Amino acid sequence: MDYDVIIIGCGVIGADCAYELAKYALRVGILEASNDVANGTTKANSAIVHAGYDPLPGTKMARLNVRGSAMMGELCRKLDVPYRNNGSLVVSLSEEDDETLRELYARGAANGVPGLRLLTGDEALALEPNLSPGVRGALLAPSAGIVNPWELCLALAETAVRNGAELHLSAPVTAIGRIENGWMLCTPKGRFTARYVVNAAGTRADQIAGMVGDRSFAIKPTKGEYYLLDKSEGSRVDRVIFQCPSKAGKGVLVTPTVHGNLLVGPDATPTEPENTANTAAGMAFVKASAQRSVPGINFRDNIRNFAGVRANSDHEDFIIEESAVAPGFFHAAGIRSPGLSAAPAIGPEVLDLLRQAGLELNAKAEYTDSRRRIRFHELSEEEKNEMIRKDPRWGRVICRCETVTEGEIVEALHTPIPPVSVNGVKRRVGAGMGRCQGGFCGPRVQEIIARELGLDPTEVLMDWEGTWVLCGETKGGAKA
Amino acid sequence: MKELICITCPKGCHLKVDEETFAVTGNSCPRGAVYGANELRSPVRVVTSTVVVEGPARRLPVKTDRPIPKGKMFAVMEEIAKLRVKAPVAVGDILIPNVAGTDGNVVATKNLQ
Amino acid sequence: MTKHELVVIGGGPAGLAAALAAWEQGVRDILILERDKEAGGILNQCIHNGFGLHRFKEELTGPEYAGRFIDLVKQTDIRIRTDTMVLDLTADRILHTVSPQHGYEAIQAGAVILAMGCRERTRGAISIPGARCSGIFTAGAAQRFLNIEGYMVGKRVVILGSGDIGLIMARRMTLEGAKVLACVELMPYSGGLNRNIVQCLHDFDIPLYLSHTVTDIRGRDRLEQVVVSEVDERRNPIPGTEMVFDCDTLLLSVGLLPENELSRQAGIEIDPRTNGPVVWENRETSIPGVFACGNVLHVHDLVDYVSAESESAGAAAAAYLQGIRAEGEEVRLIPGSGVGYTVPQHFHRGVENVEIFFRVRNIYHNAAIRVTDGEKQIARFKREHMAPGEMENVRIPKVLLDRIAGNTLTVEIEEAAQ
Repeated sequence: MDYDVIIIGCGVIGADCAYELAKYALRVGILEASNDVANGTTKANSAIVHAGYDPLPGTKMARLNVRGSAMMGELCRKLDVPYRNNGSLVVSLSEEDDETLRELYARGAANGVPGLRLLTGDEALALEPNLSPGVRGALLAPSAGIVNPWELCLALAETAVRNGAELHLSAPVTAIGRIENGWMLCTPKGRFTARYVVNAAGTRADQIAGMVGDRSFAIKPTKGEYYLLDKSEGSRVDRVIFQCPSKAGKGVLVTPTVHGNLLVGPDATPTEPENTANTAAGMAFVKASAQRSVPGINFRDNIRNFAGVRANSDHEDFIIEESAVAPGFFHAAGIRSPGLSAAPAIGPEVLDLLRQAGLELNAKAEYTDSRRRIRFHELSEEEKNEMIRKDPRWGRVICRCETVTEGEIVEALHTPIPPVSVNGVKRRVGAGMGRCQGGFCGPRVQEIIARELGLDPTEVLMDWEGTWVLCGETKGGAKA
Repeated sequence: MKELICITCPKGCHLKVDEETFAVTGNSCPRGAVYGANELRSPVRVVTSTVVVEGPARRLPVKTDRPIPKGKMFAVMEEIAKLRVKAPVAVGDILIPNVAGTDGNVVATKNLQ
Repeated sequence: MTKHELVVIGGGPAGLAAALAAWEQGVRDILILERDKEAGGILNQCIHNGFGLHRFKEELTGPEYAGRFIDLVKQTDIRIRTDTMVLDLTADRILHTVSPQHGYEAIQAGAVILAMGCRERTRGAISIPGARCSGIFTAGAAQRFLNIEGYMVGKRVVILGSGDIGLIMARRMTLEGAKVLACVELMPYSGGLNRNIVQCLHDFDIPLYLSHTVTDIRGRDRLEQVVVSEVDERRNPIPGTEMVFDCDTLLLSVGLLPENELSRQAGIEIDPRTNGPVVWENRETSIPGVFACGNVLHVHDLVDYVSAESESAGAAAAAYLQGIRAEGEEVRLIPGSGVGYTVPQHFHRGVENVEIFFRVRNIYHNAAIRVTDGEKQIARFKREHMAPGEMENVRIPKVLLDRIAGNTLTVEIEEAAQ
């Protein structure tokens, strides 16, 4: 056997499973279809750590959300992931909403959500002066927060890899076969065998299940569209502002991000697994809905629209279980919202299932459970000078909007999971994330990636396979 | 009749030029008539491009030092594409004399040290 | 903390001209901070000709125009520090800078000139719907790849926006072997110069679609198609007018925005109309001793005007350092009917004369620019032709300024009688 456990998919769920498994003396493999981690649902979502009053009491969702949310702060501190416990407000704008708030409050209490409080309209406005003056009341959840989901996934995967897990990128699983005491998985990167398999394939989880004859669930990919606004709008609200779900729809949220931008969205429309296109209708809906709770948002300061596809399923709850038809094959699937909030608790949950199925867990003698990344703009004056003295590239600002230096980009290109694309660099260090959207730094990042990875600049992609940027040199180039 | 937009001033008069007599109408000043007739008789353009640099700088900007016949723009580009230069080059240095038989020269528009 | 008399932020055409003017007025300790590897700014990638007709009475390319100023700076003791980023500017004129050579450094300046230029509006700024594939570039980013790095960004191109950079790129990419299929403009008129419409589009049979916009972007990995629709007079797409272009590249030339993050950090008052600082007639901002010029102040059409404006800012900074203060009661300039903004936004009563720069909001033929003091007309200037793509200016001499009774002057367009 190549591995004791193979995890299919390196989104935040697969990464958390790998992070937990790598604590033990096990051979762990991760097969990721894309050329980078977190390139699916984890990349494009609301980046919220929900408090846990939404899911129905008694569900896995309720239990894992509350537990995951409680674990998030410590996990992010250990792995150096941007996280802020800023709390959330669900606002009421109608009589029907008032009723919903009381229901959510009761549900939260049953789920064990700490610190919930019902506020009057005036109390809500005192906390968040930019709320609609028509706000009638709000549910305050102090334990809610915001996180960088992408970096959380990277940090979990990086820590797993540092501790011996093996990550195979651009390795979509195309076939799975039963072998003695385990499974064989085919990918374009070769065949891999393992005693146990964890299916964390996100929007493709039902297709993976189908490969072992398990048709117990179907993924219903659901698209959500967003606006990401300039930092000039980032303090429009301090907490996550939710609207009440109503007959008219679920309502959109307005929140600051951990980077200080303002995020507005999402809507919810059925789609295909990889369709992340924005639509005029979707964007118009989000814009109009957001104005109901936070009317003053200046959408002229929008810097980017994006869409994410949630891996919703035809089940009401998360599907975290051993397959009924394929023993030794486990699902961590249908991880709908609040999946990100629950993620820190899902790895341990899967670990527990594997242990029950007979996987021996012996803690590793040596295990590094920490991670540090240097962010130039956060350093003190002395620290900045110290970095530049050691390596002058830390003094060369490449991304002027987000103040990202060449030193940070070079360092990211030599981490355990190096980026292979311009957006891979952007997600790791923030270059190109700002208001000019890479208009200035894109060509320079392209050049640095090529130099550091020994590629021709034309080989450097924007993002996933096929997203080429340059088609060739003018005049046949210097070689011609 | 050939229709043109006059570019001698920002006004942008819509000219009509007779293809045989080169008579111009639609102009609001005499310069427009001259422009219109020339555009039909013998249109000329300055070509700007870059040439490949052998060395760390990748490209050096160049131009034709006078307007060349419009019909020869791509012939000029082909000659520019073949050229390879090395430092040092100074602004105004002639890199290709009499490019594509046009009487114009391709000259550097930047110093290369 | 190091000290310098005059610090100029930005070594593009504005910064170079401002520094030179200050030098000529006797300032001897001048430091230009430039974030790129070399001075010259965006002109380095604008390799086309057409610069300098007003300034030098000849047609230069961008690098040649910049080169002339760089040569002049080299004849002085003005220092240019390249590869240097200004991270922060405070109201008391302390600049926090970082560079590979000098590390992190705080500089106290006697006077500061803001000359950071502008940036391009992006896909996000105009929320174009569609796929998140590769192949969508701002025209300037594609221009840098092409002219500085020597790479083609694609072979079949659609251009959204008919601003000059987009038009120039249509010609450049065509000459380098790409097929440019369309130039699409939301407005009923082009934002570019006629010369560029003729020499960049007409010369290569590239259609210009006025009152059209991109309504969808298709492609899973790389761009495969863009959908273009006609828009109505309220600029909303008209269903049923869709056209599909098979292309691998979409270039965006949809406007420029002054880059005033540093100005905002310092607390300088910004004019929402220009997105640049509010300035007096000498280009001094709301913070005494801090001046602004070039595209950071307002987006110019011709670099020649950038140079002229920057020279007056440089001379004003020199006067400030010599202890001369502009004084007098404030008179505010109000952009009236048909006028988008004015620079300066206000001036001191009693100045010699005021030159007002502005852009009109529409295309006008045989119209007039009226300057009024309340109900009273102070001056009237006839114009045969005005368009939003071209910067307008009028000069009001002291003799007329002395007649102003109120505290505001309105600049407005008087349309021709039908």
